[in-house]
Formats: sequence, structure tokens, C-alpha cells
Amino acid sequence: MSRLQARFAELKQQNRAALVTFVTAGDPGYDASLAILKGLPKAGADVIELGMPFTDPMADGPAIQLANIRALAAKQDLAKTLKMVREFRQDDQGTPLVLMGYFNPIHKYGVERFIAEAKESGVDGLIVVDLPPEHNVDLCDPAQAAGLDFIRLTTPTTDDKRLPKVLNGSSGFVYYVSVAGVTGAGSATLEHVEQAVARLRRHTDLPVSIGFGIRTPEHAATIARLAEGVVVGSALIDQIEKADSSDAAIKGVLDLCSQLAEGVRGARQ
Amino acid sequence: MTSFRNGPDTNGLFGAFGGQYVAETLMPLIHDLADEYEKAKQDPEFAKELAYFQRDYVGRPSPLYFAERLTEHCGGAKIYFKREELNHTGAHKINNCIGQILLARRMGKKRIIAETGAGMHGVATATVAARFGLECVIYMGTTDIDRQQANVFRMKLLGAKVIPVVAGTGTLKDAMNEALRDWVTNVDSTFYLIGTVAGPHPYPAMVRDFQAVIGKETREQMQAQEGRLPDSLVACIGGGSNAMGLFHPFLDDQSVEIIGVEAAGHGIETGKHAASLNGGVPGVLHGNRTFLLQDDDGQIIDAHSISAGLDYPGIGPEHAWLHEIGRVQYTSVTDNEALDAFHKCCRLEGIIPALESAHALAEVFKRAPSLPSDHLMVINLSGRGDKDMQTVMHHMADAVNQQENN
Repeated sequence: MSRLQARFAELKQQNRAALVTFVTAGDPGYDASLAILKGLPKAGADVIELGMPFTDPMADGPAIQLANIRALAAKQDLAKTLKMVREFRQDDQGTPLVLMGYFNPIHKYGVERFIAEAKESGVDGLIVVDLPPEHNVDLCDPAQAAGLDFIRLTTPTTDDKRLPKVLNGSSGFVYYVSVAGVTGAGSATLEHVEQAVARLRRHTDLPVSIGFGIRTPEHAATIARLAEGVVVGSALIDQIEKADSSDAAIKGVLDLCSQLAEGVRGARQ
Repeated sequence: MTSFRNGPDTNGLFGAFGGQYVAETLMPLIHDLADEYEKAKQDPEFAKELAYFQRDYVGRPSPLYFAERLTEHCGGAKIYFKREELNHTGAHKINNCIGQILLARRMGKKRIIAETGAGMHGVATATVAARFGLECVIYMGTTDIDRQQANVFRMKLLGAKVIPVVAGTGTLKDAMNEALRDWVTNVDSTFYLIGTVAGPHPYPAMVRDFQAVIGKETREQMQAQEGRLPDSLVACIGGGSNAMGLFHPFLDDQSVEIIGVEAAGHGIETGKHAASLNGGVPGVLHGNRTFLLQDDDGQIIDAHSISAGLDYPGIGPEHAWLHEIGRVQYTSVTDNEALDAFHKCCRLEGIIPALESAHALAEVFKRAPSLPSDHLMVINLSGRGDKDMQTVMHHMADAVNQQENN
């Protein structure tokens, strides 16, 4: 059983949703970012999405764009991101970690080399924003063959006709992007999310995680009643943006993570 | 003989280039667009409407003009200009905009967005949006806004909203990122009118088809004037739409030598250039796999060119393929060579070319003198230089200052 499967199974038994957190690797710098990464499970993160910085994050809003700029300015690259995962795995064998980003840095690194090193570093899955199922051969197929989960984004525009195609290459969990927009944009109505989850359930048994626009413990709790996972990214990253030191950034992210975790854990009681 | 004109395949690939590398939110839209475009291509009404607007609104056909004094000056090949700068709005960009706006209308879209570098595509988009009474939003990098003030004003006069993009170096690539972000947010209402032969399939093929009127006319006009096909074609390349428009109808004519000219900026060896084929490697950006300027970590490097319209770190995927198979030869020209050609064209032919087109002219100055007088060379004069007055003035002032300091 993969770490993602094990984690979602465990949480199902506890009758609660997973808190899925997104931060960008190397933001605001390597050491602070590693400290955040290592602190997240203790602060209540159940699944970690770690962003691989890219100069042109076309699907991201201002918060994550700035995170990418900070990380690249601090000389983060893909090799360092994989190193960061290895260091994280020294103390944590249980928390699933998914790398998220855009295809070009992986393409440049070399797909085979990337898959081998990701696997060896302790990466559990991949989310690559600009690789739709039309391009499964580029990365999804070889990654899955090597035992990495490939997590798909589904969106309000992914209609019933297209869903099977998208889900066909999915494993680990399904990420539902609840609004058509960039990361950090406004949030969807509860009714929309309910309908979307119901629609996804007709097509898949995979756990569903909902993301985009979730910022507060209350909001996270509401979503946690509807789905198996709640993804928070931009709100955590805003804590780094407004911090005046690395220590403040680490504390800001982990404090908010604890509050969100409390919201998620209390949601179904 | 295998044809070079059949691409892309059903997956939008030209060899290993092209494709549909976009976020899931956009995939259904791109498939819709591809379907709608296929239907439009089969529809005689669409062809009729397009032909009408090309003739009476754009002013086509554009002349194929024998550049007599330039030919004398070079003392070699017989040089013809394909006068795309005479089109309405002053460049080839409108050919594509007319086609796409008619498609947008068929699809019932009410809001048009576009990215622009030099502003020519922005102006052409704002123009057709005004003509059809559609809302228009143009994304433009702040660096480009500074150097293309006149075009910003033109877009505003035409009723478009120009949104400055601060991210990155504030040039074309950043404007394209922001346009994609807008599209992903406004999927239902919005048509993204991409200005070049790049982006996810079907854009590279669709924009090429709308621009191919340039090459089709050139074939007929050359036949009429010289009774045969040209021997060589020269065009500048940023994303590559004016070049693809001229080249595509000639790809299967083996006797026609085809030359694309990239912007070498300060020189390829300096790293400050916009020559994706001559100075880049394959990668994935803005929906397609193509040659890109990038570092060892796959991070995109900002392009540099004196010409805002060539200032892009990628190139259309069909060019990447034609480069790889060797059907088209891709060279490069520096800022200074382009400026020199710009001035010569003004004085010799009484035509002020766009700095983009001046890159193609510079290549002509290199090649033409050593060619025989019966060699027929066509250069795509893709745009007029009115928009570049400020840039050229600054450059001349800098050059004078440097001379005085020496």
C-alpha cells in the first residue's frame, strides 16, 4: 500500500478529512523551507504538497507567484528540492509527500532521472499542472510504472464526458479545483462543491481533496465535511510573504497550519 | 515525396513539437476551439466572410513590390518586398485577428483577451474587437508599455483595456502568462486571441492558416510578375507568425530556399538575445513543446531584443520542427545589424520598416550581394516602423553621445 493510500485509509477509520498543505520548496530560503516542511506534520498536516519552483507559474495567483520568485532568488532548483525531500524523510516515514509544479524543470532534468531520484528521495506522488491526460506518455505513465502516484486536477470545466479520461490516469487522490481560476482566487459556493464531489464520486473511488480559495479554519472545516481532503496553499504562503524574518515565516506557517488542522479535525464531530 | 505541409497530427504535434500542455481547466476549451475551427474550415460561409474582411477591411491583397533601389544597392539578387506593412493597423497581425474574431463570434464569445509585445497584435485585436463590438482586454508587459507608448494609446482609442503586467521582465512572455491566468478565470465568456503560431494546439496551426494568405498571394504575384516561383524567402521570427504565413505555402517547393531570422540582441555569445533556435534547447512553455531559452534547471531566461515583437524566449513549434528536419534555415541578426538595415531601408526605398522586419532586411543585406541578378528573393516586410520612432530616437541619441565621449 502506498503512503497516500495508507494515510487516507487511516483517516477514513478516524472519520475525518486530511489537511493537505502546499508550500513552495525553498521559500523563503532552503533552511527555513526545510524547517517548515519538517514542522508541518506536527502542526497537523496529513499530506504535504511541495511546490517545485518555476519562473512561469501560469496557473498560479499572486501569492504562489511570489513564493516562486523568492525560492528562485534563494537559488532553489530541482536537485535541491529532491535533497529537501530526502532530509524530510530522515525523520518522517509516514506523511505522504507530493511534488507539485510545472513540466519544464522536470523535462530539463530528464524524466527518467527525475522519476528515479524522486522515488529514491521518498516522494510519493506528482501533480504537474501543465500535463493533461493527453500527455500521459511524457511523465504520468513512466512515473506510475515506477510506483509514484500521479494526481490529477479536475475542475469545474471537466465535464462528465471528459472526467473518465482525466481519472483514468489518476492515483493517490483526486484534486478538485473548486473554482475556474488561478490558485488563491475566490472560493466556490458550498452548493457547488457538494455537487462537484457527488459528480466525482459517480466516477471514482479515489479520495477527493478540494482546493483553491480555502483560507480559514472555519472554511476548512466546512469543506472537511464534504470531502476526504482539504488543500490549503496560498493562505499558508501569505504567512511567509508578510513575515519579517525566517523565524517569523516558519512560526506563521506552522501556527496557521495548527489552526487549520483543528478546524479539519473538529469538522465531523 | 512526403509533404511538409500536413502537420500537425491529431495530437497537435509537429514531429516532437507542439502539443497541448495546459492546465486541466483549459483543456475542454481548447478542444472546443479545435472542433469549432475544423467546422469553420469546412464552412463556405466562413471562407466567404473571411475573404470579404480580408479584402475590404484589411486591404488585401498586399502588394509584392520590386525594391529596385535596394536591389541596385546590394548589386545581386532581385529583391521583392511583400508589403504586409500596408495592411490596416500596419502589420501582418490583422490577418490572424480577423480570422479568430470571426471564430469567436461563431462561438458566441463576448469578451476577447490577448497578449502583446510590440503592441501590434494588441492594436490589431483591439481593432477587430471594436469592429465587432466585443469587450477587449490586452495584457502588456510594463517594459513594453514604456517603449511602445503610441500603440498603448491606439489600443485605448479603440476601446480596449490595457492591463500592465509587472511580473518577470514585463515583456511578452509575462503578458502571455497573465492572459492565460485571465482565461483560466473567465472560461465561459472569454476567447483568447493568441497572436502568434505558438500556444497549445490548435493555435499554432490555426494562426498559421490565417497568416498563410501572405504566402499564397506571394506565389500568385510572383508567378504574374516573373512567371515563376521565388528562389528564396526571408522573414523575421519572434513567435514566428509572419514567417510561417509566408513560408508554409512554399514548404514543398524544394527549389525555394527558406530563411528565418531570429533576434540575436547584443549577440548570441553574450546571452542577451531572443534566438530560441540558435541559442535555446527544447522544453515546454505556454502550452507547447518547442525550443526555449532556459537555464540548466529548466527556468526560463528572459529574452532580449531591441524589437519588442521579437522579445520572446520561445518560438512556434512548427518552426522548431522545420529547424530540426532542416527544411528551413534559421539565422540570427543583432540589434545593431537590424538598426543599420532599418536606416538603409528608410533612405533607399522610402519605407520605414518595423524593427522586427528590419531583422529580415539585415539578412537580405548579408545575402543578396553575393547572389546572381536572376535570383528572386522575397522578404516579408511584416510591419511598419511608426511604433518604433521612440526606440530608434533613443538609440541614435545614445550613439551620438558615445561618439562624443570617444
